[in-house]
Amino acid sequence: MTSHPRTLFAKLWDAHQVLQREDGASLLWVDRHLVHEGSHHAFAKLAERGLPVAEPALTIGVVDHYAPTRDRDRIGDPDIARMIRTLEDNTARHGIRCFGMRDPRQGIVHVMGPEQGLTLPGLLINCGDSHTSTHGAFGALAFGIGATEVAHVLATQTIWQKRPRTMRITVTGALGPSVTAKDLALSWIAQLGADGARGHAIEYAGPVVQALSMEGRMTLCNLSIEGGARCGMVAPDDATFAYLQGRPFAPTGADWDRAVNDWRELATDDGAEFDREVTLDGAAIAPTVTWGTSPEEALPITAHLPDPAKLDGARADQARAAMDYMGLTPGQRIEGTPVDQVFIGSCTNGRIEDLRLAAAVLAGRKARVPGLVSPGSALVKAQAEQEGLDRIFTEAGLEWVASGCSMCVGMNGDLVAPGNRCASSTNRNFKGRQGRGARTHLMSPAMVAAAAVTGTITDVRPLLEGRV
Amino acid sequence: MAGFSLIDGPAVALPQDNIDTDQLIPARFMSVPRKDGYGPYLLHDLRFDAQGAPRPDMPLNRHTDARILVTRRNFGSGSSREAAVYALVDFGIQAVLAPSFGDIFASNAVNNGLLPARLPEDRIEALLTRLGTDSAAMTVDLTDSVIRLGNQVIPFDLDPIWRLKLINGWDDIDMTASHGAAIAAFRAAHAKAAPHAMLEATV
Repeated sequence: MTSHPRTLFAKLWDAHQVLQREDGASLLWVDRHLVHEGSHHAFAKLAERGLPVAEPALTIGVVDHYAPTRDRDRIGDPDIARMIRTLEDNTARHGIRCFGMRDPRQGIVHVMGPEQGLTLPGLLINCGDSHTSTHGAFGALAFGIGATEVAHVLATQTIWQKRPRTMRITVTGALGPSVTAKDLALSWIAQLGADGARGHAIEYAGPVVQALSMEGRMTLCNLSIEGGARCGMVAPDDATFAYLQGRPFAPTGADWDRAVNDWRELATDDGAEFDREVTLDGAAIAPTVTWGTSPEEALPITAHLPDPAKLDGARADQARAAMDYMGLTPGQRIEGTPVDQVFIGSCTNGRIEDLRLAAAVLAGRKARVPGLVSPGSALVKAQAEQEGLDRIFTEAGLEWVASGCSMCVGMNGDLVAPGNRCASSTNRNFKGRQGRGARTHLMSPAMVAAAAVTGTITDVRPLLEGRV
Repeated sequence: MAGFSLIDGPAVALPQDNIDTDQLIPARFMSVPRKDGYGPYLLHDLRFDAQGAPRPDMPLNRHTDARILVTRRNFGSGSSREAAVYALVDFGIQAVLAPSFGDIFASNAVNNGLLPARLPEDRIEALLTRLGTDSAAMTVDLTDSVIRLGNQVIPFDLDPIWRLKLINGWDDIDMTASHGAAIAAFRAAHAKAAPHAMLEATV
């Protein structure tokens, strides 16, 4: 039988389309719906209409956005306590499994899902969080939605979507030493813009992507939204299956074998066409840091800031406003900029591999500035402690705390003070993201560790030489 | 939600790129129930200084009757927080005109009756220049997909699915209810084709 060659995206979309309306909107079946404290608006909408949750077994709750990273047994802030209690009450009321504050599997939703094997190739995954694109690393169709849509998925286990265009980012060659998936992601976003992939589903391909670990693929897919994409994905392969086999919610025995056979068919067919193709040279990517207030304002560590005087109207305004907020000057070198503190964690870079690399930089060294290390999940925390990574961080002078979204979004009270500069392994350098007036520089966890060691934004490569 | 085809009211300019949803509503205000109203938090840290005093140079502070916001590219990028739309709607904004929008924001906007209208960058720049720090009476006509300002008639872009939804005030949950049989049939076939997808849900 011959059929029209299809992309990974098309296969995923077609396998979930319940129907298509005359106006072009598609109704899609949702395999996994992840909810967190922020889903309170959606549960309230459901309650207003007196509707039940259609598929409680396919809905999974987890406490992450507001999770305190210290003193969990006595939450001081009544608002935070209420947000967490509301999720735990809502999930209990509807018979939804919830990884609550005292669950040993608690963690950031985009770390916990894959870790538990709830995320699998071929699934459609929704969550009321833009970084849901992370799960695409497994060859799933995963995208973030808003509260009205969360309510719709709760009520119907389906979602209305218009089909996005497709875009393939092929990364050729190989990444240089100490260059990570984070650098690759910031690098393409700097090239194409924070809205460069708007309206598109991205497939990442090529030798560099194939060589990435699952952690690296998750980092890459996670940041798809920062380039404006609807979602990002990587075709499942042996690395995917090796990561998933034996995970608590992954299929077992004959079901596993059958699933793997099906998952091998998901890869984009030869000759399938994308609406847009972009090719990057992996060897040309250096450790990359942001200097401004949008993820597109990123530069190789060896570069100088732009000069707004040489940019056109709107771009010049943007660069000037960003430099003003960030307290930087046109044309200055980004390397050597002093930082006040560091943060390692988040759904972007809070996994075991991230902590190992940061620890490799910090081992036997002292941090010159204070900082927080928050593992992406309680299980990542336990694993890191088993490997002795926690001691490396604490002996360097950094604080080792519990898991959650923490200082990436500041909802739990982990904030950067106004005017302070933070080297951060997170995903957004937006004005006020880490706290009002906070100045965020995004970079890989290895680069954050290097900034901790020198107290300035630093090229990590010499610091890691001979260590990995 | 009621449908509409015409928005009539003062337009103001916000000449900035990449107004993300963290700026539209800072995270610290997001635990408030919707019924309390989100208008006071709209663009809070741009509108108010660290002491909480309104910044006089901010057009939204000078023209609190604004109904239409004209702004630069990638408006509403970032976090999927629908509270960003609640803040705009509760403030009184009914349409945002920009060269591009964050995808999730635009979808959230339409779900709350807020129009995300796309115009080419040069048109937006001309509107920003014309508005300056003042406001001007503008009409947004969804039926013809045009903006009227003085004697100017400027077309805008909107996905036809969203146009219909805004005009008719469609509610997705109501709409989906009519497809119950198709969903049940899909579910049964899907459970057979990919049993692992169902976890322990009753098949």
